[in-house]
Amino acid sequence: MNQQLIVNFTYFVLAVFVGIEVISKVPTILHTPLMSGSNAIHGIILVGALIIAAGAQTPLQIALGFVAVLLATTNVVGGFVVTDRMLEMFKGRRLGAGGNSGTEEKR
Amino acid sequence: MTGLLTPLVYLLASVLFIVGLRFLSSPKGARRGNTVAAIGMALAVAWTVVLVAGRSTPAGIIICVLGVLLGGIAGTVGARRVRMTAMPQMVALFNGVGGGAAALVAVAELLQLGGQRPALQSGLPSVFAIIVGGISFAGSAIAFAKLQELMTGRPITYPAQQVVNGLLAVLIMALAVALLAVTGQPAVFIALLALALVLGVAFVLPIGGADMPVVISLLNACTGLAVAASGFVLDNFALIVAGTLVGASGTILTMLMGEAMGRSLANVLFGAFGSVKTAGDAAGPAGERSVRTGNSEDIGTLLAYSRNVVVVPGYGLAVAQAQHAVRELGEQLEARGVDVQYAIHPVAGRMPGHMNVLLAEANVPYEQLKEMDEINDQFKSTDAVLVVGANDVVNPAAKSSPGSPIYGMPILNVDQAKTVVFLKRSMRPGFAGIDNELLYDPKTVMLFGDAKDSLTKLLAAVKAA
Repeated sequence: MNQQLIVNFTYFVLAVFVGIEVISKVPTILHTPLMSGSNAIHGIILVGALIIAAGAQTPLQIALGFVAVLLATTNVVGGFVVTDRMLEMFKGRRLGAGGNSGTEEKR
Repeated sequence: MTGLLTPLVYLLASVLFIVGLRFLSSPKGARRGNTVAAIGMALAVAWTVVLVAGRSTPAGIIICVLGVLLGGIAGTVGARRVRMTAMPQMVALFNGVGGGAAALVAVAELLQLGGQRPALQSGLPSVFAIIVGGISFAGSAIAFAKLQELMTGRPITYPAQQVVNGLLAVLIMALAVALLAVTGQPAVFIALLALALVLGVAFVLPIGGADMPVVISLLNACTGLAVAASGFVLDNFALIVAGTLVGASGTILTMLMGEAMGRSLANVLFGAFGSVKTAGDAAGPAGERSVRTGNSEDIGTLLAYSRNVVVVPGYGLAVAQAQHAVRELGEQLEARGVDVQYAIHPVAGRMPGHMNVLLAEANVPYEQLKEMDEINDQFKSTDAVLVVGANDVVNPAAKSSPGSPIYGMPILNVDQAKTVVFLKRSMRPGFAGIDNELLYDPKTVMLFGDAKDSLTKLLAAVKAA
């Protein structure tokens, strides 16, 4: 057994607990944005994709690297943008009338 | 220098992810949380670019730039164009591509060994990432196709389906063992990826459209774990932490959704729910009993002269894009002094919280949205309930008939109100495919038609009343 594996495993176990702790505090009304937001976060695989793609040499490696970077970037960018679009609509409506002038005008 | 900085940068990125998720616990800070997480992501990616810049091949640079560019465009356009009602399938799509990327990263890592058998400590997580990432990619694609109605939303079943899936799983395990213990030939792990893709398809096919959000949430957790496994392969702290966070979040959400539907995960995944018309005792011969249909004038008057009205929005409202119409009706009623509230079932829409997003889009005041537990005791003293495109979440069979497939699902106690108005397109049962006793109740009035049209007619009637 190598040292790094143990270290990695430690990170993993601690992250499980942090994850459970943080996620349990999110209210139901935000579960859809949470799902798409956490979705964006696993786009971190882009880091891995860049690492393998940058050193690609054979045609197979190049093809794999390209597709991996493409998919991962779609995941990251799409995930964050769509979450932002959703959350934008939640913002500023806590104060009712004061928060959103658009509603007032349409009345 | 960079050697020392790298772990620190990845640590900072991970902290930003956690802080970002933490902000999501209130609607006020949620958007900032998403931005914080995005900054963490930008930081991690930018640093990786710096790291690999020195040792990349010319072809490597080209594919990285091209991949980021095209992926960025695809992601932005998809995310900007998607309708709020189509959010579940969009999430499925973005989730699937992440899983696919995780599987490919693992494949590329194994390729570098040039056919040698991988050491267990990197081989095991690689195999895990290939299998789970592949299942996630293919499964999400099917989930997307079902929700986008590119294929039937009904469960697709065939004889001995679970046996076939079981055999597939066994075959995958055998290949995994062969890869770890015998040979690292590319043919083996490419076959492994191919089989994982097949299993992903086979696993989602028998699951009905109504259960897709649970599947998406589960696959989200899977992708997270596949990413974490890739982190083990690359010894990358950020991948391990971020992937695990998502794994935990997806797992919790999946369990919460199962609870909200009153069903176990096993039932969702293997029950082929809604495939056959269940011979439950609740489902009488639908065609033979009569329902009371009203016209919009009468119903409009009824609503206008009620003290309080509770609106129960369901997926039908979203399909008809009627969220703005319902808000206008609500405002008109409020202007007449009627107390208007919205009762949101945890799985209203197609995902937990989906309905909140849709109503927020239509500018429905946040304070009028009530969660199930908050409002369930109030139905007793409610004059009129307006059910717009919802069915299963107000079906009393969930409480009264143990034989019903939805028995045990927490529902909104709409049956306790004085009058119930259903806006429905037809008598067709809801997603679960079960008849709703409440539709035949003497205190129920039906208004058939497209939800948006019906609401517009009601609005005119309320104005005239």
